[in-house]
Amino acid sequence: MTILGIPTQALFGQLLLGLINGAFYAMLSLGLALIFGLLNIINFSHGALYMMGAFVAWLALNFLGLGYWGALIVAPLVVALVGIVIERTMLCRLYKLDHLYGLLLTFGLALIIEGLFREGYGVSGQPYSVPSALAGGWNLGFMFLPIYRGWVVVASLVLCLGTWYAIEKTKLGAYLRAGTENPTLVQAFGINVPLMITLTYGFGVALAAIAGVLAAPIYQVSPKMGSDLIIVVFAVVVIGGMGSIMGSILTGYMLGIVEGLTKVFYPEAASTVIFMVMVVVLLIKPAGLFGKGA
Amino acid sequence: MVMKRLLLGAAALALSTGMAHAQYSDGKVKIGVLTDLSGTYSDLAGKGTIVAAQMAIDDFGGKLNGQPIELISADHQNKADIASGIARKWYDTEQVDAIAELVTTAAAIAVREVSKEKGKIDLVSGAASTPLTNDKCSATGFHWTYDTYALANGTGDAVVKNGGKTWFFLTADYAFGHNLQAQTEKVVKANGGTVKGSVKHPFPNSDFSSFLLQAQSSGAQIIGLANAGADTINAIKQAKEFGITQAGQSLAGLLVFITDVHSLGLENAQGMMLTTGFYWDMDDQTRAWSKRWSEKMGGGKMPSMVHAGTYSQVLHYLRAAAAAKTDEGIKVADEMRKLPINDFFAKNGKIRADGRMVHDMYLAQVKKPSESKGPWDYYKIIRTIPGDTAYQPLSESTCPLVKK
Repeated sequence: MTILGIPTQALFGQLLLGLINGAFYAMLSLGLALIFGLLNIINFSHGALYMMGAFVAWLALNFLGLGYWGALIVAPLVVALVGIVIERTMLCRLYKLDHLYGLLLTFGLALIIEGLFREGYGVSGQPYSVPSALAGGWNLGFMFLPIYRGWVVVASLVLCLGTWYAIEKTKLGAYLRAGTENPTLVQAFGINVPLMITLTYGFGVALAAIAGVLAAPIYQVSPKMGSDLIIVVFAVVVIGGMGSIMGSILTGYMLGIVEGLTKVFYPEAASTVIFMVMVVVLLIKPAGLFGKGA
Repeated sequence: MVMKRLLLGAAALALSTGMAHAQYSDGKVKIGVLTDLSGTYSDLAGKGTIVAAQMAIDDFGGKLNGQPIELISADHQNKADIASGIARKWYDTEQVDAIAELVTTAAAIAVREVSKEKGKIDLVSGAASTPLTNDKCSATGFHWTYDTYALANGTGDAVVKNGGKTWFFLTADYAFGHNLQAQTEKVVKANGGTVKGSVKHPFPNSDFSSFLLQAQSSGAQIIGLANAGADTINAIKQAKEFGITQAGQSLAGLLVFITDVHSLGLENAQGMMLTTGFYWDMDDQTRAWSKRWSEKMGGGKMPSMVHAGTYSQVLHYLRAAAAAKTDEGIKVADEMRKLPINDFFAKNGKIRADGRMVHDMYLAQVKKPSESKGPWDYYKIIRTIPGDTAYQPLSESTCPLVKK
């Protein structure tokens, strides 16, 4: 059986692969949307921090003997700490200024972080193996699914939905949203708003680091892995609607699938299709698919 | 009258001192290394090629018939416009006499055009595509280390003769990838093999799973990787992840550098056939040079064929410039074609009319982890491909300089 000249087996395979890539887009764009929504910072260093997550996992394995599961906890903590230092020493001075300053600062930071890792480890990347518990794969009939990739989708779904729930449905999330809406008033209720903002940035960055650890066994751990991805992730956030949590999650998965299908029908366009979608969406809905207002 | 005589005298004096230095413009010989210092090819070329070029200058004695030899370098970021801009500036305002290395086909061709226009010498080590010695050839342009014809001829030929008759290509979607695929297809078909299809992937690309799945469903015995660097690394790694190699299909990396193998680790790369112009662990000479290079790079690394080729080309350029007693492009180029090349990189190498430096190539296989005795002990050399059969025959060259 074929659909549009493509065997259904191949099509299902591509859909699944698209979903897996979408899982990464969703995790990264979620962190970005969270930081933009609550701190008003366009965090261009997100890709570099994602790369740092993967590198911390690699360094921990090679110098401390700490395996994948340990890295999944340690790497986000280390990177979050770096994020908190960045927020406390630099970003906190920019909140009253135009968005552009935050963008420029974080872009510069991204270049510095990437440059440092490139200087130290070269560009070819370092190998990182799939943890033995997740090695191998299932034969689904239409494709061979590596168990590890299945795990990535599950982990990403849990993380994304958990974050969405915490922000939109819990009391803590309500404080957060209120604190960014009217910090003076919320502070008057005895809530430490600056601390909350710092921790939010740390959490957004930790999400990027987790994505980095999850990516390490699939790609090479390379200084360029962040910059390869960040532009696409930005497009995802813009399409989903800047600052919309659910928007960024859903758009992340959706665009992963769109990209996967493009690779079957017209592979040459695979790297540009997301931007074509972005143009169309912005023409029709300037605030993005899930954005509030213009 | 006195004034006139004085002036004449001064002019004669200026002319005579000028004559003494006339052979070497501005009293020195200047070589520029133009390479990728920050991007995707900076490990296989990059800083290591600057170190290699400096080693060639030092080994030559640092001076050319009494004139100092100077080295400068820059990052072309793999972009043709940046490369030609730097080349133009170097030739016009910085008195550069020759530009070396030039990884990335587009950058090499852009610099080739400028060099041709200015009558200056370009020495290509890192770029791979055959147009450099075909329609883009020039009297002052040289292609040194390897090319896509030799890669196809080496790896393609060996794989087909080992029984890999049906092929599917994963091809980087730019000039180099297309060129490499076309060259390999020719070799496959000439040996009685068939090409079942191909897919062009964006360059650079990190996720190859979709393309690998297509290659898998084609049922071809061999998946030919017509790409390089990080693209090849990720494709190989993900082919293992998706069980493609375990299920019986084989990968043929058409351009694999030792830095790629190092980055993949032997666990992932073992068994792969590849064609290379140089391996550090071949004989005492290559080991001695590589050890020196490694120390200058801070240890822990071994040179790629691009690093070794850059040393060889700069040394040969200096020898020719010394023999020609000038740094004038055309004259040095003529001398370069006359002199044989004998160093640790090339034994009995020679330069043809189309600018191709012909030397032996090697078919290698990546060792199993159990066979490797130490760091960077990666290759078994399966056979030597003599230079005369490794490269495109001169009779097939479309270079206008080749007399038919």
